Amino acid sequence: MYIYLPIAEVSVNAFVLLGLGGLVGILSGMFGVGGGFLMTPLLFFIGIPPAVAVATEANQIVASSFSGVLAHVKRKTVDFKMGGVLLIGGLVGAALGVVVFNYLKSLGQVDLLVKLCYVLFLGVVGSLMFAESLRALRKSKQVAVSKPRKKRGLVHSLPFKMRFRVSGLYISIIPPIVVGVAVGVLAAIMGVGGGFVMVPAMIYLLGMPTKVVVGTSLFQIIFVTAFTTMLHATTNYTVDMVLAVLLLIGGVIGAQFGTMIGAKLKAEQLRILLALMVLLVCGKLALDLIVEPAELFSLGVAGGH
Amino acid sequence: MQGFFARLLFALLALSGPVSAQDIVLGMSKNEIGITAFFNGSEILIFGALKHETAASSAGDLDVVVTIASPRNPVTVRRKDKRLGIWVNVEAFDVDLAPSFYAVATTGPFDRVVSEASDLWHQISVRQLIRAVAVPPSTNNKDQFTEALVRVREEQGLYQMLPGSVQLQEQTLFSTSVSLPSNLVEGAYSARIFVMRDGEVVSQYQTAIDVHKVGIERWLYNLAHERPVVYGLLSLAIAIFSGWAAAAAFRLLRG
Repeated sequence: MYIYLPIAEVSVNAFVLLGLGGLVGILSGMFGVGGGFLMTPLLFFIGIPPAVAVATEANQIVASSFSGVLAHVKRKTVDFKMGGVLLIGGLVGAALGVVVFNYLKSLGQVDLLVKLCYVLFLGVVGSLMFAESLRALRKSKQVAVSKPRKKRGLVHSLPFKMRFRVSGLYISIIPPIVVGVAVGVLAAIMGVGGGFVMVPAMIYLLGMPTKVVVGTSLFQIIFVTAFTTMLHATTNYTVDMVLAVLLLIGGVIGAQFGTMIGAKLKAEQLRILLALMVLLVCGKLALDLIVEPAELFSLGVAGGH
Repeated sequence: MQGFFARLLFALLALSGPVSAQDIVLGMSKNEIGITAFFNGSEILIFGALKHETAASSAGDLDVVVTIASPRNPVTVRRKDKRLGIWVNVEAFDVDLAPSFYAVATTGPFDRVVSEASDLWHQISVRQLIRAVAVPPSTNNKDQFTEALVRVREEQGLYQMLPGSVQLQEQTLFSTSVSLPSNLVEGAYSARIFVMRDGEVVSQYQTAIDVHKVGIERWLYNLAHERPVVYGLLSLAIAIFSGWAAAAAFRLLRG
């Protein structure tokens, strides 16, 4: 069944969009990532104009994250306090990111920068997580009960300490805000929610327990992507409501299944799967940059990106 | 079907009267295309008759060329090259105006039907059309870029060369059909009909096809552009509601 998208101005198969939405929704619910880093390239591939894909994707992530977070709220695996602190940073970062993005756009080559950003961050984050979760898996096999090690680093010596009861942390609010800003900037430049950077940052930099990380990440992604959606809708008019509805019908259902699957898996398994997926996307993007493209020429709207 | 023929007859009658080029009578299956939610391309049938004075002349066989063009827009063509081991855009070239859709249907092979001079003068082939309106003369290797533009859009089915797709019977009645793709942009499309003899244009006729969004497509498009804040909030409301609905539904399912 083909549907004509009023803003994208192309006609696409509705079932393909429902399927894509469902797939990304499952990942979203499982890992607490928005899935934008996966969905945005897929939308390019089926012929949605990049500007519309990025903007509409933000809107769809709002839906799947909201659906996912409700399931986490019920299981009490959302640290609202931590989410709020991260969010303050995230919104500042997103606004900064839009400024940076427009500056780079005026210099040209923003496409390349976005792709290099993807390859770099996906590569680093993916490898670190993969290595770490392999170690963790091996350790958990050798020793039945591993003692949680309390790190006393920079995170504990900074001022403005706050107690995050759900996460079981008593740390300064400066690191979460810095993480929020950094992820917000990246999210705006790369056109994603930023979950794939946020999740590892929360685990490794802030020392939050993995089970709480997913719900908390989803919680703050809702607001960052809602903010991005409004920015795109009011400045570029590139949010396609019909496309968003098709993607999010699949997405919200997928997110529920994803949360169910996530609850059954061990934290280490969850992390290793996310790491593998991140590395896979990274590899594909890197390959696209290295292998000679079949068509060396591309068309764009004059004066635009 | 009856409605179609009634309209067809009407079109024939309407067009046969005050036509500037006196010797083409033209009909089209539609002169308006509404883009609805389920729009998936459209086929347009163009047919007509050549008046006998022209047709009967003994000077040689007639050919018919039909072109359909979308409104023209500026396009940037970029070229990639290898720099430091990765493929990046190194060169960009702005084509001032190019149609996003262009089809040329002819009775025979294009080069036989249309002489180079006629093509140059009337801008019949898409290459001439782009070259004529669009290219600042100062640029080096501009041909590379305009050729690339044509090649990319041909691959996407947006530029169509349809040699031999116009049927001409008894040197009088002609008909052809052109399929318009699903990713049409809105605007006033123009249909041109040329009657050719020995590669030269002996008569031509031009008419418009109006392509526009209708119904919910129109409404959403207008809302997005005229009330962007409302549109954005509505999008978010839909997203939040669907997220909640799915979660609630699953809670019920699991009891």
